Amino acid sequence: MAVAALPGEAGPDVDRTSLKTKLRRAERVNRARSFSLVAPLLLFVLAVFALPIGLMLVRAVENTEVRETMPRTIAALDGWDGRATPGEDVFAAFVEDLVQTQKDRTTALVGKRINYEVPGARSRFLKAGRLVDAGGGGPWREKFIAADPEWGSVEFWAIMKRAGATFTPYYLLTSLDLRQDAQGAVSRNFADQSIFVDIFIRTIWISLLVTLATLVLGYPVAHLLAILPPRHANVLMILVLLPFTTSILVRTTAWIVLLQSNGVLNDILLALNLTTERVQLIFNRFGTVLAMTHIQLPFTILPIYSVMKSIPPSHLRAARSLGAGPLTAFVSVYMPQTLPGVGAGCLLTFILSLGYYITPALVGGPQDQMVSYFVALYTNREMNWGQASALGAILLLITLALYALFNRLVGIDKVKLG
Amino acid sequence: MLAPSYATPREKLSYFIFALFCTVVFLFLIGPILVIMPLSFSSEPWFTYPLPGLSLRWYIDFFTDERWRIALQNSGIVALFATLIATGLGTLAALGLSRGNVPFAGLILSILISPMIVPVVIVAVAMFFGFAAVGLNNTYLGLILAHAILGTPFVVITVTATLTGFDRTLTRAAASLGASPWTTFRTITLPLIAPGVTSGALFAFVTSWDEVVVALFLASPDQRTLPRQMFSGIREQISPTITAAATLLVFFAALLMLTLELLRRRSERLRGTGG
Repeated sequence: MAVAALPGEAGPDVDRTSLKTKLRRAERVNRARSFSLVAPLLLFVLAVFALPIGLMLVRAVENTEVRETMPRTIAALDGWDGRATPGEDVFAAFVEDLVQTQKDRTTALVGKRINYEVPGARSRFLKAGRLVDAGGGGPWREKFIAADPEWGSVEFWAIMKRAGATFTPYYLLTSLDLRQDAQGAVSRNFADQSIFVDIFIRTIWISLLVTLATLVLGYPVAHLLAILPPRHANVLMILVLLPFTTSILVRTTAWIVLLQSNGVLNDILLALNLTTERVQLIFNRFGTVLAMTHIQLPFTILPIYSVMKSIPPSHLRAARSLGAGPLTAFVSVYMPQTLPGVGAGCLLTFILSLGYYITPALVGGPQDQMVSYFVALYTNREMNWGQASALGAILLLITLALYALFNRLVGIDKVKLG
Repeated sequence: MLAPSYATPREKLSYFIFALFCTVVFLFLIGPILVIMPLSFSSEPWFTYPLPGLSLRWYIDFFTDERWRIALQNSGIVALFATLIATGLGTLAALGLSRGNVPFAGLILSILISPMIVPVVIVAVAMFFGFAAVGLNNTYLGLILAHAILGTPFVVITVTATLTGFDRTLTRAAASLGASPWTTFRTITLPLIAPGVTSGALFAFVTSWDEVVVALFLASPDQRTLPRQMFSGIREQISPTITAAATLLVFFAALLMLTLELLRRRSERLRGTGG
């Protein structure tokens, strides 16, 4: 680098250019060598981590069920104007598709997809499947409407047509408690299906409570660790680091043992005559926030501690010697300098809290389950992978936005472990 | 001890309250862990103090029960291979990034660290979908790859931290004395960054060893790991065998912490910073 900055001293012109080229080439080789060290991990993370997550994001808007199982119906609906019940051509195509889905045993699958938007559609599809199986010929339009007048509904066919599109905003809208009516207008979802905004608010609220609790409990402890002589601080540091390295599952188990109604804490409360009957401490919000606070506390303490450690004690002494009272000196001289650590610790705890799953699942009640729980629920139990992916996508978006903020304010390279 | 010598009585009182508050927080931090351990030595299967009697029956149960034994073995296998992958790739990447001439280094670092930040359920569900397409679900390889991903950020962070204080003139001196890049790495760089590599490896190991969510999604009963076995036990009914497993894990954690502290001191000594 220094050589390139001194062109005047490099002898004849020819040599200089060749030196420049050589240097540039050497730098390029060097850069390529550095990159080749990084590349294996980068490729590994992109292939095994980023790619699956990208595919999950696609799944949040993907809409394959109807398109793949009812191609004839979708093609026939293409020419439908959407004003009155479709004609016999659509019904005939629908019957052809149903014959196929009955054979492939996918009628229930497509019925389930339509059922998300038209309650009761799944059983109606299954009945239609049986109707088709019974045989006989057309005209099907009258037969279907006679069996169930809902088959004549314009709204139903409009939604059916929309469900044939490649992508759907349905899952993302549902995750925000919104719905799209047959005409495509977006409005609030029905009250009995509007559960997700509450869940997001609850997730953020619990994370805020946990962040605040860790700050209130952690700030003084970080200060103590920073001002004690290393000999004592190291001993006390063990009390912070041991929980930090202990498995989350072990700590959650410990809280269950402590908090359950015939658990240790209730025994103590009874023995001290603080209560006359056993208190419900677990499977509620209190237990969830308490256990999460315990798990997150070291994450908040450590960044604050490392910032406090770098503040010279002379600052406080100077403030005092200039006439500031102990409180004034602390609040106006010491505390502002600790803000970077407070920001880093709180943001880290808040980000990590948003993604909690195991702890609320084990010590929380039904009203304390956070977004992660529903992502898992819709994947495993409801088998509604579109909904699981949409909820996951929104949670991911919130997390990554905060991560970007963290990177901006703190810098991920400043994170230290132990 | 805390209050400066010029403190007024009122200040002394506030320092006392401060010390009291901190004591309570320390109790809160360590209490649950201390409470659960003695219960694993109880002779009866309920969780009350004072202990009705002492016994090792839950530990015998832990080591003889087929399910726990297989879980322990699976955890060991998965954690070992995940650690090897994470440590190898993570160390290389940290070495590359620390050379300071990688384009988009900031962006790359954020991507490499992101497995630590992204909620683990999202990782688990995404891999569950993605791995199903290539037949990696319900295999050891799938679980190992997933755990390796979760462990790499720790290796990158710890090795990068060791490299920030790294004296580059040492490697240049080695090169000018005729050492090949590989010899330089083996005899100069590696011994100096070894503490960082080891602590990164330990973090990666413990990440896999404690991981339950990804295991819930990706592993069949055949690959059931220790945390997953504990999780299903806690869901049904906490048996004292779980407290025995928990106690063993706490000792494991304490051992880990001790090793990390020793490594940190060694690293400081090698780099000539601190005591």
